[in-house]
Amino acid sequence: MDADLANTIAALIAASINAGTPLMLAALGLLINEKAGVVNLGAEGMMLVAAVVGFAVTIHSSSVVLGFLAGAGAGVVLAAFFAALTVWLGTNQYATGLALSLFGAGASTYIGIGYVGSSLHNGKHAIPILENIPFLGTALFRQHPMAYVALLLCAGIAFFLYRSRPGLVLRAVGESPASAHALGYDVRRIRLAAILFGGACCGLAGAYMSLVYTPQWVEGMVAGRGWIALALTTFATWRPARVVGGAYLFGGVTILSFQLQGLGVPVASQLLSMLPYLATIVVLVLISSNINVIKLNMPASLGKNFDPDS
Amino acid sequence: MPSFKLRLELRAAPSRAMSWLSPVLAVLLTVLCGALLFLALGKDPLAGLAVFFLEPIQDARGWSELGVKVAPLLLIAVGLAICFRANVYNIGAEGQFVLGAICGGAAGLYLDDGSGGAGVMALVLMAGMAGGMAWAAITAWLRDRFNANEILVSLMLVYIAQLLLSYLVYGVLKDPEGFNFPQSKLLSAPMLLPILAAGTRLHLGIVFALVAALGGWLFMARSIAGFRLRVGGIAPAAAAYAGFSARGSLWTSMLICGALSGLAGVCEVLGPLGQLTPSVSPGYGFAAIIVAFVGRLHPVGVVFSSFIMALFYMGGELAQSRLGLPSAITGVFQGILLFALLGCDVLIHYKLRLQRRPEE
Repeated sequence: MDADLANTIAALIAASINAGTPLMLAALGLLINEKAGVVNLGAEGMMLVAAVVGFAVTIHSSSVVLGFLAGAGAGVVLAAFFAALTVWLGTNQYATGLALSLFGAGASTYIGIGYVGSSLHNGKHAIPILENIPFLGTALFRQHPMAYVALLLCAGIAFFLYRSRPGLVLRAVGESPASAHALGYDVRRIRLAAILFGGACCGLAGAYMSLVYTPQWVEGMVAGRGWIALALTTFATWRPARVVGGAYLFGGVTILSFQLQGLGVPVASQLLSMLPYLATIVVLVLISSNINVIKLNMPASLGKNFDPDS
Repeated sequence: MPSFKLRLELRAAPSRAMSWLSPVLAVLLTVLCGALLFLALGKDPLAGLAVFFLEPIQDARGWSELGVKVAPLLLIAVGLAICFRANVYNIGAEGQFVLGAICGGAAGLYLDDGSGGAGVMALVLMAGMAGGMAWAAITAWLRDRFNANEILVSLMLVYIAQLLLSYLVYGVLKDPEGFNFPQSKLLSAPMLLPILAAGTRLHLGIVFALVAALGGWLFMARSIAGFRLRVGGIAPAAAAYAGFSARGSLWTSMLICGALSGLAGVCEVLGPLGQLTPSVSPGYGFAAIIVAFVGRLHPVGVVFSSFIMALFYMGGELAQSRLGLPSAITGVFQGILLFALLGCDVLIHYKLRLQRRPEE
């Protein structure tokens, strides 16, 4: 193979992984939510707030690790608010998530005013030895550590859901909260834990956007990735391994739209930028059109609240 | 000392009074949160609230500006109220609004020969409505034919609509004499919507909006189609048993909302904007979701809530110039309002009981 072409392809793969990582982080968190029967449409809002909070903390502390922790923390705080309303007060999950997204958009813009225009310097990252493998080194082993953390997280979630007892309980809560309750499990606490975990993941995803991917704060920079992550859980038919594939696929579509612009393809940049959103609609249509696939895989009580007192 | 704890107790029947009181409580709660926010930011809370909620409507000019913002919010919210009543979660009204602006704006630019006239005006408005309907129809069709989630599809279409608008104003619709600014030519004065009060920007759009609210109420409360729609929303199984078509409800509500959102979009272009720019909406389509919920999904209720939301927008603008606070604070207030409403709505089904803890 032509060496230049190989380099280009390796770089494209690397960029796709980079672009797919925030989607994966968020979608994994949302997957855990949904496995417990909770839809949190606030993903976009949590990611935005986490992006700006993580960015601000890193600017002041010059620590990326603290930035990620702060982002996850911001996600957890917002998710706790969502949980208090939906799980304890029994508010409609869809409306509450929407409120969270709207609030997050406003709040992040507000918090971020002073940080527009600053940017972070991102050092090079690489896994020693492996990075020197021809082709694969460039394609796979020069990512930010968080990209590998996301993969570990996925493996952990897959193990948790399908190989551990708490995972089984979580799935039971998502399928039939009444049965789980009858067996003596505290449905509300389990859902709270799932929602907080989802918030932390969305927080990490948001922080990844502003700390690694861009790396700066721009108003509305999450640009629909929270919603795309929500679509990804459906696309992955609620299976962790497929989330990885879906996230990288969408990362690839995003990168493709940039690359085509760079290559001078005679299509306006705005039209190319539509690609990820169009792709989301296309995959939603493809996966949803077979209603049996959805029925078979969707947690049975998704989006339905449970009141143990009634 | 005896200790007390608050607990929620299920009401025997949902409280009707509470369902109308809850939005009022929510607004008060939001105002309270606003005061706390001002306090936290080191501003005088009372002065801050005055800037936000009183100063915008101190004079006739203020009221007219309020009307300019009520028009799009109310138009969209009436459509959304109908959708949500039918359990159709169309949250992409922002995209339908943008398409209305694009189609109406493009038609207006094409038909603009400097003379205008009622026929041309009607054509342009219809083009806007058709644009919004077409955009809503995509969501309806994908939901109907492929079972694709309308929340996510309509939202993705918002991003696509905004990119389409940007593509057009940077491309074919760009004013050739506009020094390369990404905006269209200005529409000539006869093309613009008539101004209702001389010296203000208050345009005919507010009349459209009020008519839409009335029409929406007639449709929902007095027509058989509206009845079917409501039954389908409350009890899908009963609606199916009665032979009411769920597909019919989906299409009807989506197309009505698309038409009204599109009309709101074209009215913005023919009203305060006068041309197409890369951003035709300060988030009216999303704010209208809150307006619809706060207005109890009732076409008349949303009249009141759209005034409150318009006030938030104006307050945000004033907060920037008077208090040195970024206008993004409007978005924060919007979010708080919806949260507060959802919280207060709990009281429709539950009552708060102060309970004495048993002595140890």
